[in-house]
Amino acid sequence: MTEIWQGFIKAIELIISLDPEVVEIAARSLQISLTSALLASLICIPIGSLIHFHHFPGKRILINVIQTFFSVPTVVIGLFVFVLFSRVGPIGGVNIMFTPTIMVIGQMILVTPILLGLTISALSGVDKAIRDTALSLGASDFQAIVVILREARYAVVAAVIMGFGRAISEVGIAIMIGGNIKGFTRVITTAIALETQKGELELAIALGIILLSLAFIVNVVLIKIQQR
Amino acid sequence: MTSNLNCKRQSVKSRLVSSLVVVIMLISLGGGMVGCSAERLRVATTTSLYDTGLWGYLEPKFEKEYRVELDIIYAGTGIALEWGRRGDVDVIVVHSKARELQFIAEGYGVKRVPFAYNYFFIVGPAADPAGIKGMNPEEAFKRLMEEGKKNPGQVQFVSRGDDSGTHQKEKAIWKSVGYDYEAVQKSGVWYIEAGRGMGPTLLMASEKQAYILSDLGTFLAYKGKLDLVPIIDKGNILLNIYSVIAINPEKHPKTKIEMANNLINFLTSPEIQKLIGNYGVKEYGRQLFTPCAGTEPK
Repeated sequence: MTEIWQGFIKAIELIISLDPEVVEIAARSLQISLTSALLASLICIPIGSLIHFHHFPGKRILINVIQTFFSVPTVVIGLFVFVLFSRVGPIGGVNIMFTPTIMVIGQMILVTPILLGLTISALSGVDKAIRDTALSLGASDFQAIVVILREARYAVVAAVIMGFGRAISEVGIAIMIGGNIKGFTRVITTAIALETQKGELELAIALGIILLSLAFIVNVVLIKIQQR
Repeated sequence: MTSNLNCKRQSVKSRLVSSLVVVIMLISLGGGMVGCSAERLRVATTTSLYDTGLWGYLEPKFEKEYRVELDIIYAGTGIALEWGRRGDVDVIVVHSKARELQFIAEGYGVKRVPFAYNYFFIVGPAADPAGIKGMNPEEAFKRLMEEGKKNPGQVQFVSRGDDSGTHQKEKAIWKSVGYDYEAVQKSGVWYIEAGRGMGPTLLMASEKQAYILSDLGTFLAYKGKLDLVPIIDKGNILLNIYSVIAINPEKHPKTKIEMANNLINFLTSPEIQKLIGNYGVKEYGRQLFTPCAGTEPK
């Protein structure tokens, strides 16, 4: 049990001393996961809106599939992306294996179902009357969608926060296609895995606490946006 | 409903903030990618070599001398060979002679260049409940099996269970005493298959006070954290040779054969061979690796 307390102390030491290795992996974790969450949001919020507002055969099955993929293991996504982008794989030519870029791609795939699914459910929570009112006031389809997204913004930003959380906390993708390369693709979660492996439990716990602190800060910013 | 005008102004501001965040992120990611333009050499290596810290020690020297970024990716020998076959790495540094020779025979590697060796140890609890001290490795394994089946509460063995170089060596010892490996796996609860790297598997064996086959380097590097002692350290079969193999450009034209050859020359150069031989002597009181510059030891 003392390891947890020691871990807390070590976390504070590392933060105050701005330990360069920790700063480096923290920055990289933020960089990769924020980018993947935001890029995926830019793609998934519009697509989620389109899915919600249109009726087509198989819509319910599609939503079902999207929600099923909330549960996809990160290591499976890592494997999938590995096989795709391996030199001998179909997209091997781009040569991005074991780089931060492929980690962003992997995490975007990871959070896409969450962003799609939660955007759709966010929009479902908006009173249908608002759409009808907007349209009757002369709004175009696009403008009506924007109005409803704004009404649902609390839940939509919550979806982005959820997506970011899943991205920054995952290990399977980062290790499998990032390779945990020191100075290049090592992030907080893979460092925790390595330090645990080495038996450095206090350091591993400290890194975990630092990751949560980072997530807290990011959330403060996003919540400010959420409460507009 | 709040005032629509206020809403609009504030949501424009929030959109600006989020766009700014995205732009910053993309710039910093782009900045990260500019770093990519420095030449990078990808090396796949085994956990048992990585866990000793030897790579951390050699990496800056090589990077400085050849002005290249070394990407050391570590995993079991099995996946390292797989990455080599796929051309996802430029060089592999492993310790599984039979599979290395097959790898080269299949055309994926250019040449097997041994550069250092040490020995595997059978380590275990100081009390040595199976009484294997003083035996040779083959007899010891036989005794472990007998005692383990009789008394799995006291005598256990932890296997890497991951097709790594170390695991291959373990299987080779079982074979040399006449056991079919599948039979070993099914022989009882005394035999535990871990499926992880050398370091974590040692930690597990220590936790369980079990016997385990480990390379010298990782064992010494982890010694402060382990409650295990070396029990058997002599025996020809325990020889553990590390070799470096460049990926064959005929199979994978985009791999960096020139820089790979630089790494091979670096590892077998007299200066670095000397450094490898001295690595760990101060900290651990003995050599972790014996250099052997391109020639097969013994």
